[in-house]
Amino acid sequence: MRERRRRLQALVKKEFVQVLRDPSSLLIAFVLPLLLLFLFGYGVSLDARRIRLGVALQDRGAPAHSLAAAYAASPWFDVRQSRDPRVLLEELLAGRLRGVLVIPQDFSRRRQQGEGGLVQLLADGSETNTANYVENYARGVLGSWQEIEGRRSATMVEGGPELVPRIWFNPELESRHSLLPGAMGIILAIIGTLLTALVVAREWERGTMEALMATPVGIGELLVGKLVPYFLLGQLALLGSLAVAVLLFRVPFRGSAGALLLTSSAFLLAALGQGLLISTLAKNQFIAAQAALVSGFLPAFLLSGFVFEIASMPLPIRILTRIIPARYLVNSLQTLFLVGDVWPLLGRNILVLLLLAAIFFGLTARKTVKRLR
Amino acid sequence: MNEVVSVEGVHFTFPGGTKALAEVTATIRPGRITGLVGPDGAGKTTLLRLLAGLLLPDAGCIRVLELDTRAEGRRLSELLGYMPQKFGLYEDLSVRQNLQLYADLRGVTGAERDAAFGRLLAFSGLEPFRQRLAGQLSGGMKQKLGLACALIRKPRLLLLDEPSVGVDPISRRELWRMVQELVDDSLAVVWSTAYLDEAERCAEVLLLNEGHLLHAGPPAELTRPLQGRCLLLRDLTGNRRRILSRALGRPEIQDGQVLGRDLRLVLRADAAPPAVADLDAGSGARLEEAPPRFEDAFVELLGGGPPSVSALAEGRPVSTPVAGAMVEADRLTRRFGDFVAAREVSFSIRAGEIFGLLGPNGAGKSTTFKMLCGLLRPTSGSGRVAGYDLQRAPGQARSRLGYMAQKFSLYGDLSAKQNLAFFSGVYGLTGGRRRQAVEDMIDTFHLGPHLRTSARELPLGFKQRLALACAMLHRPSVLFLDEPTAGVDPLIRREFWTHINGLVEKGVTVLVTTHFMDEAEYCHRIALIHQGRVMATDTPDGLKDRVRSSQRPEPTLEEAFIELLQRSWQEQEEVVG
Repeated sequence: MRERRRRLQALVKKEFVQVLRDPSSLLIAFVLPLLLLFLFGYGVSLDARRIRLGVALQDRGAPAHSLAAAYAASPWFDVRQSRDPRVLLEELLAGRLRGVLVIPQDFSRRRQQGEGGLVQLLADGSETNTANYVENYARGVLGSWQEIEGRRSATMVEGGPELVPRIWFNPELESRHSLLPGAMGIILAIIGTLLTALVVAREWERGTMEALMATPVGIGELLVGKLVPYFLLGQLALLGSLAVAVLLFRVPFRGSAGALLLTSSAFLLAALGQGLLISTLAKNQFIAAQAALVSGFLPAFLLSGFVFEIASMPLPIRILTRIIPARYLVNSLQTLFLVGDVWPLLGRNILVLLLLAAIFFGLTARKTVKRLR
Repeated sequence: MNEVVSVEGVHFTFPGGTKALAEVTATIRPGRITGLVGPDGAGKTTLLRLLAGLLLPDAGCIRVLELDTRAEGRRLSELLGYMPQKFGLYEDLSVRQNLQLYADLRGVTGAERDAAFGRLLAFSGLEPFRQRLAGQLSGGMKQKLGLACALIRKPRLLLLDEPSVGVDPISRRELWRMVQELVDDSLAVVWSTAYLDEAERCAEVLLLNEGHLLHAGPPAELTRPLQGRCLLLRDLTGNRRRILSRALGRPEIQDGQVLGRDLRLVLRADAAPPAVADLDAGSGARLEEAPPRFEDAFVELLGGGPPSVSALAEGRPVSTPVAGAMVEADRLTRRFGDFVAAREVSFSIRAGEIFGLLGPNGAGKSTTFKMLCGLLRPTSGSGRVAGYDLQRAPGQARSRLGYMAQKFSLYGDLSAKQNLAFFSGVYGLTGGRRRQAVEDMIDTFHLGPHLRTSARELPLGFKQRLALACAMLHRPSVLFLDEPTAGVDPLIRREFWTHINGLVEKGVTVLVTTHFMDEAEYCHRIALIHQGRVMATDTPDGLKDRVRSSQRPEPTLEEAFIELLQRSWQEQEEVVG
């Protein structure tokens, strides 16, 4: 037993010395996380503000002018106004405008006749998300304009139901607040899966695994000797990311440290298990890196609900996301940051992560016999 | 004496279906070094891994120290020292940290550990380099550290996988000394090697070829039948290569090699030696009996010597002699960061000359080579091939030369025939000339039965033949061969040298690198390279003459190399001091 502990300590110590001496490990463990955080903190924003909209004002009546003014005053749009819609359509074609709103010649006349009037909206569908924003925001501006107009002219029926929106958890709808917790999920996935897969494959490539196997070291010790250092490294990276997110980017953190530790531990176990499994199957660094990127990093990016909402994915993909550990982590992190300790949700996620970890370790232990094939 | 290892009827097949070992039965005893000898692909590493319990046999039984490797691998690993081919060192850990790791893993602690470190650091000469990272050690020092790590707790069985291959001759000699000092009645050592001369130093030899055990026993058992059949043709006048070619054509001669200014011939069993006059080697020539070598015995086991003439050279017209140098290196220097891979390398090679670069791995042979092919830009200095400067006219220079790279450089997924077709296209051959060139190579190298096999799956000997064929398609007047015979069996090595000898007779210029001393004897001149420097350039006999003394009247080339290396170190120290 004491022998075993000494061997384990030796393996863990060796691993740390190697991480500190190897520039590529340092890069993955420390530089890449910072890079990602800054990228998502400063560079990427999913909020659509100041969308460039053209307003073609063909009508000279007072209601038309008032509507155009309502669009120009909206914080969501950066309005370019013109009498001639053709000028604006050219801009739309050239991609300088995201949408064009046409207020036709008969707009004021029709309203005065009590018909309500028609307004046409042309949106650039080549970027579907933005087109959706253009449509929704344009509708919204129109709606509130109508309401104000109606009150003023008292033509609308009083006492109708009114929608009072209130956004919970992220009232300013600041996308950074949900992106940064997601980015931390990716960072953990990289350290857990990519780094682990690489360092084990390197031992195979350099022949050190063969030398270790001829010593009394057991296979369990070899696996634990790889797990412990990268588990600690992952927690360290998480702590650093947390500090950057909260102190620098002012993302609120409403959960508790204990809940965060439990969640990240469960995730790291699953991610490390995945990395170890990859490296027992692929014994060279190139293949291991490819496998880790395709099975670890890309799903963490695309299928975790970090950038793309899972609810809007097709059913087969939604089912696929259920075996992606990052999905549960991103969900938990976003909850911890923006909402707080929601134990029913966190607990369920932790259980699923532990189950995934158990599956990966089971497969790894079955595949890794202390032999060369 | 008790045996440490008994191997009985062991078979092993790789998952791909390649047979690595077939019906191997052997015993290994303590108190001696057992050599595991054979060319690459013979099954040496597989057998060592089976002994270490890292692989399990498909059939048969292996017992090591009374333990079955199948069931008692864990206990076995405590009694075992194993040094794999790739050292098994952590390159980003220091010498001391590597030792510490293996000490912890083997449960060596406290005073026992301090004593072991002191003993091993002194014994390996690594004491001054304790803090150096293992990755920054020379090849020879890495091997010594690997050996020290395997010896942390004195094992009962020490398995060494090619510890001396590619190592400089001084380190090689020291490694031998280190291991010989270790051997006692409680330790058995298995030393695997592709150098056949090392087999002669072992008390016992297991000779493997293509997975079959050809011989088990003292090496002298194998060489004894050749006693009296090995002859040295000395004081000859005339062209050595032509005399050798004629001699190999005689029925009583089985095998022959150029040995510096002499020829070494092996007679067939029960054949009478030829009359010296019949060999047409000049009036002063005489035949002298020489001791048989292990390699002679291996060649005989494999069924005879090389062909007397090279089919590759046969059809080739003699090129008109060119005055001046065909290949010139003028103070070629290449740095990689702080590391100087080649430092002011200069030599010039005449047309029709075989020029050898001899040195250990990492000495700068391949770097020099790549600069002369225009594959690597020199930091300073220049190179010329057939009069063309490699910086200014690399295209013209390269069209004159054929290059056979050290590593397998063909397309593994293409068949042998497709590789030939591809390279003939690359060299700009078209139509009938292209077809003819490809056909000639297929006939010359007997590639017929392997044409559809993908190059990756060819046996090693055929891979090398195909690589040489691809380099010769455009009939270059200069041939660059980077370790063409590393790891192949002696028959294929002889075949290669028959081709090289034949081509040189037709005026082709050859630059060849090797770390086999006996191959260097074939060369007209050799440059000894160590740590990026040319230490000496001379004929093989010229180098030997430099160290000849009354104590050592017949130095070997290896002895000359070691002596010259030590002298150059002394000079450096004097300059520094």
